[in-house]
Parts: sequence; structure tokens; C-alpha cells
Amino acid sequence: MTDVAATPAKPRDAQPDATDSVGMSFLTTRPKLFITVYLPLALFVFALLFPFYWMAVTTFKPNDELYNFRAHNPFWISSPTLANIEKLLFQTDYPAWFVNTMAVAIAATALSIFASVLAAYAITRLRFKGAQTTGLLIFLAYLVPPSILFIPLATMVYGMDLYDTNWALILTYPTFLIPFCTWLLMGYFKSIPYELEECALIDGATRIQILWQITLPLAVPGLISAGIFAFTLSWNEFIYALAFISSSENKTVPVGVLTQLVEGDVYHWGALMAGALAGSVPVALIYSFFVEHYVSSLTGAVKE
Amino acid sequence: MTSVPTAPTGLGVLSPRRSLADMLDDRRVLSFLFMLPAVGILLTFLAYPLGLGVWLAFTDTRIGRAGVFIGLDNYISLMGDSVFLLSVFNTIFYTTVATILKFGLGLWLALLLNNSMPFKAFIRAIILLPYIIPTVLSAIAFWWIFDAQFSIISWALVKFGLLDRYIDFLGEPWNARWSVIAANVWRGIPFVAICLLAGLQTISPSLYEAAALDGATSWQRFRHVTVPMLMPILSIVLTFSVLFTFTDFQLIYAITRGGPVNATHLMATLAFQRAIPGGRLGEGAAIAVAMIPFLVCATVFSYYGLQRRKWQQGSADD
Repeated sequence: MTDVAATPAKPRDAQPDATDSVGMSFLTTRPKLFITVYLPLALFVFALLFPFYWMAVTTFKPNDELYNFRAHNPFWISSPTLANIEKLLFQTDYPAWFVNTMAVAIAATALSIFASVLAAYAITRLRFKGAQTTGLLIFLAYLVPPSILFIPLATMVYGMDLYDTNWALILTYPTFLIPFCTWLLMGYFKSIPYELEECALIDGATRIQILWQITLPLAVPGLISAGIFAFTLSWNEFIYALAFISSSENKTVPVGVLTQLVEGDVYHWGALMAGALAGSVPVALIYSFFVEHYVSSLTGAVKE
Repeated sequence: MTSVPTAPTGLGVLSPRRSLADMLDDRRVLSFLFMLPAVGILLTFLAYPLGLGVWLAFTDTRIGRAGVFIGLDNYISLMGDSVFLLSVFNTIFYTTVATILKFGLGLWLALLLNNSMPFKAFIRAIILLPYIIPTVLSAIAFWWIFDAQFSIISWALVKFGLLDRYIDFLGEPWNARWSVIAANVWRGIPFVAICLLAGLQTISPSLYEAAALDGATSWQRFRHVTVPMLMPILSIVLTFSVLFTFTDFQLIYAITRGGPVNATHLMATLAFQRAIPGGRLGEGAAIAVAMIPFLVCATVFSYYGLQRRKWQQGSADD
């Protein structure tokens, strides 16, 4: 498709450079561009990625290399080892944390998407009385930070007998997921032409049929964005998981890695970094598959 | 109630089924049903706890013991509590410095990314990584980078002859404050940069061309074209950023837990420490509630402040 469109355009452009230049960028010369753009950009990329490199390098280092910078160059590994990963997988509760985090993230995301689709559809399409105000209130709910809510929520979780269970997290994560997803999906629903629904209404379709057979199939990119983003937010959540879970086997990955891998004052840096790496890789993998959806949901939620 | 028996059709046989279908197609009924899950969850787990938190702050509740109303006692004792006052100072300092750095560097990065270059999509994708990776896990990496004995930064600086001894990043109050700010800025830059880049891409190149034809320098083009056009998105990103930096918890908890000697305690970490390990839920709730006025001020200031400027500039053109 794109090749066909691109080929006829090529002969018309006399200068090959002009094809990818935007606006006045032809005014800057190559050496100047190097100093003002590529060099600072390279520094940014280095600074933003270095901690991950350091995490990975530390994970695969044997202990004598880890604590002896004189004999070994710290930036490189001379004899890589899997000992830290092995320790993490077989001598800690990491597998249980992983399963918990996965279960909580999937359940909380599913619950939030279900509630958000219905709410966003009602606000944008059914236009009930007070729909605008409700939309605004849901947006304001996103501005209520978990650091303010965790103490009263902890007492509620105790009271409902959910303390130290996955349900404590599955039911509380939607408090920040639903506002975000609803706001995002409202934007997607608004972009779908209302005429499509009017046609279906005239043909005698019910509202539920319209939502299920017309609006939702058209909003699939939005659903993916919201779902992926909600999943990542659940995976990252920390303060609720720290406050509502006490026993090691019920913890989530971020909490487990931080609280269970430190024994007293002795920090096993190799194992800690292995835990951090093992907790980051699943998120990074999902992210790598859905980069465009991430960017659009991140910027979409802000632009609305 | 009334509409079902007086349904206009004569198909009485089908009426129970039709009435259910009619009800489900009625906008008000359907709206109510559709809003129920979201509003139900948000009222139960967000609005109610918010109110409950304010109430707890007026009580002396402890873990395992219901409290009694003690009026403003929690707040009065907090006003004389030097650790709390220090945490307020830390929070304001942390938020202000981190926000300025995040927006300065984030805007710079966005402007860099706005140039055409090879592998742009790839660069943009890897730049977002610090934002995607769980904060606590990257914070652990920073904890290790800031280690007193094995810090790679100290090692590199000593190696290049810039320093003669290792920096005690997390052991000295001001070093610790700057270290956690650095970690927060590192995590915040991608979010700011990608959002502002989205804003930059909506600015029409013809505006820059027109300004250049009128003889505007590159600084003037930035000041009088880029900045005003970015204002709307900047104000929203700023509001979010201030809000989430002010209430930050996980980064501090992972790197310093408030130490050394409470020097990096933010209000959120202090509230946690007093409420959950300390067991004094009432006092913790009071600290958390004390954040609300700051948050409202910051939100109103950054959102309306910048919005009004945009609006004034808009109206001045008419």
C-alpha cells in the first residue's frame, strides 16, 4: 500500500533531503544539528536508560565482581552468572508475587474496563441529565491521590475482612483505573460518528445492540489503549499493596521485591536487582508490543 | 409504573416481554444501569473513604481500636511536631524543585524530539521506558546507584579525577534530598516530554515561517509562538505533575524510607509511617488530610493560572 503511494512522488522531488524535512528545518546545517540536537538527545537517552543497564548488569554479575571495582571494570561482566535469577526464582516467593500481580492486574483491569465502557457510553451517547457534570466529577476523581485514601481504605479493608487478600487490591485499584479509562474512552466514543448509531436506531436496534455491535467494534483501539494502560498502572501500584497485604506469599512484585529481599541491614544487591529486572521485563514486553497505544492513551488523556 | 399499563399498542399478550425491552431502551433507565458499576465503585471506594479520612483525622483511632472524637487535637499536636513541619518543608521543596527541573528538561527533550530524525519512533519508545517500568523497581536501581560504598557515580567521578572520595548520597540530609529529587526528575521527564511533544506537533509550521519572515529570532519564535501555543497542554500536564509529585510515596519509601533523620520524609511517607507501622490511624489521617489544602491550591494555581494567561492572550488578539 505505502510503496504504491510513495513511488510516483519520488521523481518529482529534486532534492532527496527535502522529502523528510519539516517546515524550516532545511535552514540548519548538519554540524549545527549535531551539536544542538543529536548530542543532547544522546545524553538524554543515556541518562534515561542507564539505570536499566545498571540493573541488568548487576543481575548477572557474580558477587566478587559486584563488590570489587578495583579488579573488575564495573560497566562490564567478565563471567556472567544466573545465580541471582536462580535464587530469586527458587529461594524466594517471587513466583507467587508474580502470579498475584498478574491476577490482580487482570481482574482490576477487566472490572475497570467493564464499568468504564458503560459509563463512558452513557455520558457521551445517552446524554442523560447531568451527564456533563458526571463526566467532570469522574475526571476530578482521577485527581484524588492514593496517598490520601490509603488510611481510610485500610480501615475499610479490615472491616470488610479483605485484609491480606487479592480482593483488597482488585476492589481498590479501580478507584484510579475507572476515572482514567472512562475519560479515555469518552474521547474515543466522541470520535465515532453519531450518525452510525442514528441509522441503527431507525432500523430498530436497541441501545445495547448498538453499543455491542456498532460502538464497541469501532472503539477497539481505545479499548486496547485503556486496557493496556490500566494493566500497567495496576502492575505499578505500590502504596495500597504495601498497606493492605502482610504475608509474603500474598504480596505483589513491587512490594515483595522491596520488602522481602532485604534481610536486616544486609542488602543482597544481586538478588534485589534480579527482582527489579524480573518485575520490569513483563511490563516492558507488553509495552514494546503496544507502544503506539501507550503514546496515544498518554497524550489522549491529557489533551481531552 | 404508569407507563407500562398504558403502553400505546394493543399487543397485551406480549406486554411483559416488551415492557422489559422498553425499559432497557429507555434512556433514563439505561443511563442509570450503565452508570451504576462505575459510580458504585467510585462512591464506595473513593468518595466514602475520602469522607472517612477527614473524620478519622478528628479521632484518636488506632489499629484494632475504634477511636473517639477528639476535635482538632491531632492537628494541634502536629503543629508542634518538628518532624511534621520538616515533612511539609520537604514536600514543598521536593515538589517545587522537581517540577521546575522536570518541565525544563522535559520541554528541552520535547523540542529535540520535534526535529525530524532517523528512528524517531524508536527513540520516542525507549524514552518512555522510565515511565512504564514500575517506579519502585527503578527506585531500587537508584538506591543501588546511590549506594555509599559501591555507587557507580562516585566510582566514575573518582576514576576521572573529578573527586577524591566517594559521595555519601543517602547518608547526609541535603545529599539525600537532591538524590531523591534526581530520581523523581528522571522518572518524570518522559511523561512531560511525550505530552509536550504531542502539543508541539499540533503547532502549524506556517506560524514559524510567518514569524521568521517577520524577522523573529529563534528565541523570539520560541517565546512568542511555541510557548503560547503550548500553554493549554502545559497547564494540564503541570497540574498532573504537581499533584503526583506532591503526593509521591513510593520513590521515597523505596530509596530512603524518610531518612536520614527524617530529612527526606514527605507528608505521604510520614502519614504511612505513623498510620500503618505506627498504628496511629487518626494521626496518619490528619497528615494525609493536611495535604488536601496544598493540593487544591496547587491545582487551582497551575490550572487556572495558566489557563487565564492563555485566555487573556487570546482575547488580546481580538
